[in-house]
Amino acid sequence: MSRPALRAVDTAEPVAPAPAPKAEVIALTLKPKSAGLDWLKTRAVAVATAVIPPLLTLAVILLVWEILCAKPGATLPSPSQVWRDASDLILDPFFVNGSQDIGLGWRVLTSLQRVAIGYGLAALVGIAVGTIVGQSTWAMRGLDPIFQVLRTVPPLAWLPISLAAFRDANPSAIFVIFITAIWPILINTSVGIRNIPQDYRNVAAVLRLNQIEFFWKIMLPSAAPYIFTGLRIGVGLAWLAIVAAEMLTGGVGIGFFIWDAWNSSKLSDIIIALVYIGSVGFILDRLIAGLATIVTRGTAAN
Amino acid sequence: MKQVPYLLIEGVEKTFTRGGTSNNVLSNINVGIDKGEFVAIIGHSGCGKSTLLNIIAGLTPVTSGGVLLENKEVNAPGPERAVVFQNHSLLPWLTVYDNVRMAVDKVFRGAKSRAERHEWTMHKLDLVHMAHAKDRRPGEISGGMKQRVGIARALAMEPKILLLDEPFGALDALTRAHLQDSVMQIHATLKNTMIMITHDVDEAVLLSDRIIMMTNGPSATIGEILDVTLPRPRKRLELVANPTYIKAREAVLKFLYERHAFVEAA
Repeated sequence: MSRPALRAVDTAEPVAPAPAPKAEVIALTLKPKSAGLDWLKTRAVAVATAVIPPLLTLAVILLVWEILCAKPGATLPSPSQVWRDASDLILDPFFVNGSQDIGLGWRVLTSLQRVAIGYGLAALVGIAVGTIVGQSTWAMRGLDPIFQVLRTVPPLAWLPISLAAFRDANPSAIFVIFITAIWPILINTSVGIRNIPQDYRNVAAVLRLNQIEFFWKIMLPSAAPYIFTGLRIGVGLAWLAIVAAEMLTGGVGIGFFIWDAWNSSKLSDIIIALVYIGSVGFILDRLIAGLATIVTRGTAAN
Repeated sequence: MKQVPYLLIEGVEKTFTRGGTSNNVLSNINVGIDKGEFVAIIGHSGCGKSTLLNIIAGLTPVTSGGVLLENKEVNAPGPERAVVFQNHSLLPWLTVYDNVRMAVDKVFRGAKSRAERHEWTMHKLDLVHMAHAKDRRPGEISGGMKQRVGIARALAMEPKILLLDEPFGALDALTRAHLQDSVMQIHATLKNTMIMITHDVDEAVLLSDRIIMMTNGPSATIGEILDVTLPRPRKRLELVANPTYIKAREAVLKFLYERHAFVEAA
């Protein structure tokens, strides 16, 4: 009695499930293809929506500029004029024709080096002092009012005094960068430290974390979003200040290039330099923002 | 004379002073809690329940009186009195695993090898059924799951007393029931001493051996202590019609809404 039933099962089993894997295989081979196409499509759409509007805007701006500056007697060169005068500056950023005749790439790198030193120091000192000010009520009471006054001093106002102190252009420019970039970093860090939720402090207390563990495991990660906001504002200000400082101190940087071009009436060169400065500032900002999203991953989510 | 209880709270007073005004929150709290006991503290909001728990945890200093755990005075927070916080307090930049592991590393550094600490962490996550989500971050899991991880972190410290500060207050009723069952199961397995703050009458009766009922503040104190003599393990559904359960529930409700009705309640 049981035998036919068993046999029926035996014969039925290999047959019945067969179509199922087949269908799955078909589905599997189809899926990645369409998914890949879909992915490409959505990527293309995303890139297009991000790139086309600014390109259109840029085209309109260039067109209006061209029309405005095309008539004879215009005080500023038109875009086509700029291209004719100074296309070599764009096409070859890294030429060297002598100590003062070098490509804009080199000049930007020189400026960036100053910014890197000044801004790096500002980040270190700013985060360290900001942590102290954020942790200690007395440090805050004593230092915060002074910082609030100092941070409103315009960058260039520091230049004469730093020139007097350092008696050299390069360290003076670096000091101006430092003193400009440090305030947002310092103040944001202290706010971030002060805003560490009491809950995290309680967790640390229950776990009996010591000061060093607390700093690395709770304080820094918790304040990281604030610190990075400060770092981002700071890098923008540093880049603003370097151009102004270099105009006054001379030397090789991009700021001095603009001043030099103005003195020799090369307006086209100035316009190219502005494009360089803007692009580099944008890249610096993006770099810090990118770093922030990597480092503060998860922190901002809650 | 009776033996000193496992946890002794004696003559605890707490007065917060800010500016020139002082506010007496807790007054003359006296209670002893035995090892392995599950005690719920219930009272209207603002009656100082959380302050009392923070005092036991050592997070808040007493104004006078004291807390003794195994005859030693409690005056600072520590892992032997682990707290499950009301709003989970997980560190959002760490994964579920790392949140628990951080506590394990801190408490058992030196005492356990790296592999043992990993085992221990995974075991605690298993206990609260969260091992599957060990690599997720707190922002990616639900409120109930976060609270489970919070419990795992507290258990991982191998505390003498587990303090639960209204841990399920922010959860929906179904999730809360699941977590209550989990807590009952953990209590049955580990035989921990647990003190839980709650404002949920059913939760208090279901989970606890004793319910401490607090009067309203200012100067709140222990109004009554109710023994819940229901046998364990307790089953939620079977208790619904249980006369002891109904009586205990009624006693707590009467205390809260007849004799100590919260006049300022909105």
